[in-house]
Amino acid sequence: MLRFIVGRFVQMIPVLIGVSLVSFFAIHFVPGDPIQIMFMGRASPETVARLHAELGLDRPLWQQYLSFIGNAFQGDLGRSLVQKVPISSLVADGLPVSLYLLAYGAALSVLIAVPLAMWAAVRRDHLPDHAVRLIGMIGFAMPPFWIGLVLMVFFGLELGWFPIRGFGEDLPGHLYHLFLPALTMALFLAPILIQSLRSSILDVLEADYIEVARAKGLSPLRILVKHVLRNAAIPVITVLAVNVGWMLSGAVIVETVFTIHGLGSQLVRSVGFRDYPTVQGLALVFAAIVMAINLLADLAYMAIDRRVAKG
Amino acid sequence: MAAVEALDAAPPSGGLRRELGRWSPSLKIGAGLFLAIVLAGVFAPWLTPYDPFYQDYDTILVPPTWAHPFGTDMNGRDLLARVLFGARIDLQIGFITTIVPLVYGVFLGAISGYVGGAFDMVLMRVLDVAIAFPFLVLIIVIVAILGPGAHSIYISVFLVGWTMYARLARAEMLVERNKEYILAARVLGFGRGRIIFGHALPNIINSSIVFSMSDFVLNILLVSGLSFLGLGIAPPAPEWGAMIAESKDYMRQAWWVTTMPALAILLTGTALSLIGDGLAQRFGQNRRGLM
Amino acid sequence: MDTVTVTKPTRAAAADDILVIRGLTTEFRGRRTRIRANDDIHLAVGRGTTLGIVGESGSGKSVLCRSILRLLPPSADAHVEGAVEYEGRDLRQLGEAEMRRLRGTELRMIFQNPMTSLNPLWPIGDQITEGLRVYAGLSAAAARSRGVELLGRVGIPSPEQRFDELPFQWSGGMLQRAVIAMAIAGSPKLLFADEPTTALDVTIQDQILALLLELQERMGMTLVLVSHDLAVVAETCDRIAVMYAGRIVETGPTKAIFSSPRHPYTLGLLGSIPQLATGSNRLTPIPGQPPDLARLGPGCPFAPRCSYVSPDCRTTPVRLEAVAADHRSACLHPERLAQAAA
Repeated sequence: MLRFIVGRFVQMIPVLIGVSLVSFFAIHFVPGDPIQIMFMGRASPETVARLHAELGLDRPLWQQYLSFIGNAFQGDLGRSLVQKVPISSLVADGLPVSLYLLAYGAALSVLIAVPLAMWAAVRRDHLPDHAVRLIGMIGFAMPPFWIGLVLMVFFGLELGWFPIRGFGEDLPGHLYHLFLPALTMALFLAPILIQSLRSSILDVLEADYIEVARAKGLSPLRILVKHVLRNAAIPVITVLAVNVGWMLSGAVIVETVFTIHGLGSQLVRSVGFRDYPTVQGLALVFAAIVMAINLLADLAYMAIDRRVAKG
Repeated sequence: MAAVEALDAAPPSGGLRRELGRWSPSLKIGAGLFLAIVLAGVFAPWLTPYDPFYQDYDTILVPPTWAHPFGTDMNGRDLLARVLFGARIDLQIGFITTIVPLVYGVFLGAISGYVGGAFDMVLMRVLDVAIAFPFLVLIIVIVAILGPGAHSIYISVFLVGWTMYARLARAEMLVERNKEYILAARVLGFGRGRIIFGHALPNIINSSIVFSMSDFVLNILLVSGLSFLGLGIAPPAPEWGAMIAESKDYMRQAWWVTTMPALAILLTGTALSLIGDGLAQRFGQNRRGLM
Repeated sequence: MDTVTVTKPTRAAAADDILVIRGLTTEFRGRRTRIRANDDIHLAVGRGTTLGIVGESGSGKSVLCRSILRLLPPSADAHVEGAVEYEGRDLRQLGEAEMRRLRGTELRMIFQNPMTSLNPLWPIGDQITEGLRVYAGLSAAAARSRGVELLGRVGIPSPEQRFDELPFQWSGGMLQRAVIAMAIAGSPKLLFADEPTTALDVTIQDQILALLLELQERMGMTLVLVSHDLAVVAETCDRIAVMYAGRIVETGPTKAIFSSPRHPYTLGLLGSIPQLATGSNRLTPIPGQPPDLARLGPGCPFAPRCSYVSPDCRTTPVRLEAVAADHRSACLHPERLAQAAA
């Protein structure tokens, strides 16, 4: 088990290097001088020179890169010049919120997708199957920002059932405040989940051991729950893990629509401010989240499928 | 002799009629719908008497009527005209951001899959790094560097949008390279380039073409999403996402201002998905697709 | 003996027949085609005996077992007619729940591929005892001890330890033993084995067949063994039914079928068995291709490949008729084979 984790870390190293390089170079490909742009040309030459020195922009590239990585390891991502706080504190504020939204949205999405995918798979090529797939296609084409707006206006403003902004104070508060945003995320993710799940459920349904289970005289319900669902659970984890990037992309939009102070809206705001150091740091954090979740998914995989553990 | 015969991989089938006969209902509906949308965009100036930029302050927030089938927005602009002209923007950007990365993505993936070795290893690492970032985050970062606007969207998608095609093409090439007609071509001494692009390529692009339909949808969502966030096409250009952004405060009293562009996105996306599903069926990837 | 009445099964339904099939027909309806995978099957199986059903791929033998047990996949559009009497009750008239109960207890089936017959994520022991827990209401502990006992009976060493292992840890032969253990868990009266040894190594095949026979004898079980391999059936079965193109073309005691086959197809099958004893290097394959079930003519389905064919064979419908005591053939001219052998 430990060997597995260590092995995966080693595999991740080249990717981590690549990711850090990409993040690092973000600020260096800005056409023109980043500091000037950040202050929209209103900074005095002395300020610009001072900031250049402070940010180390006058040192050789490789030195800058090494100190960038070195600092990152210690949790120091630099300072936001626009918001005047350490970027790591911005991350610390936004990360829990975004992760909450992600988990909540994923959970709701699974709740929506599993029954629909199951129904479509079991009634393959009949009306339920076609209906679910068509709805999936339409859902895939729906812009998430519009879904969010509609939910917000209808359930939040018109009906007043749910709040439309904010995070809440405690757990029930979080669940309440984040319901509409999480639902938006769920609807955004669902079409993809449904398609993958339907496919893996079909694979399981057509497996020999399911026919054997029928030959054992087991009831369809028992077969469905104890054999099909459990075996199809593994692909759910895989699909969720693979689509973490997709979910985070959706989170960026959802956080903006619902004014939630997570990493996504932080990113958009920083871009608006031309706050390059923050953009750089956030990019790195986003990639780190994706990689961390993929690692966790692999571990979960191992726990469920003992074949992976023993083989 | 058999080697030469083996080179004629797939003989051309005859006739447009026969081809259309092989199309499933979903493919026909999707293609027809998409064609209608494209034509609507192309012929926009003839389909509406209104100028999409003209602000008539006497007709602000008018609900859909015969005079204004889609209603008007908060600046008095006819919405149908804006949606039609918006089709030109979204479809154009969507198309170019899909087809261009497809070309060199498949190119890179095919070479990587066939040649293997160091080239392949490097490509795989690059792909791993690319998929470690959420796609939208990557695009936003690049747009942040270059500044908002259509040019940034093009450049950013050109930089990162090729990865899926490379993966698909590479995976298919890994299978294809062991097939007999390829081995026959090698025995006959054909050059690698000729084998990869002349012989193998036509047979490995199917999955990329099917995916390109989903990619088209995603790119349209990307353009409209970026514009919604203020990082893409800005008003007064009638881009569908920007239209939704600028009118979101009026959703309660004038539902049509946000809904019409949203429906346009929805319809276009669904048409493309139907085409994708139909193509997958046509290429034999899923025996029984939708309808 | 009984004469030529078409509606009677292989031989007069004896009082001691555990299974009597009358006129079983299974048709699969596609968009443009109808395929009769089983056509007017009449068969009787004596209690405690072993019946071998032989035929090449596509002959309908697997469909037959599934039609009897009502295990046809729901997605295939199958239309079944006829009567299947098990211990006097027509299985086709039973409710679904009752049929499931029978499948869980008395009427069992094992399949061809042991590697995929078990759920890869469940411990083997739990799968073997699942039926016991559902139908016999055994507690977990009782089920476990019974499961260990069953594993021992089918020849798995150290069953106590192996009970919790996963299928990927076992070989094909061991898995098939586990499948057999699963099938006999409820002491069934009738066991269908669909090509149980086809996916196994030759040396293991003998062991599995021996195991099946031994269990049958000890438990007084009736065994229906389906195979494409005449040699397998010859070693193990009391009676044989030969199938071709969805129909039964010959039935009789094993000895009779082998010593005096009365259908050209059976003769062909016998001719294609490698004979070590004669030392001959030649195998005589049956000429031609298996028939397209969607395009059968009115006459004998074997006519296109038959060496004894005459014009009436293609046009006259054929049925199983007695050619000797307890020996039936669907050939129009079985006397031609008798003459050739003489």
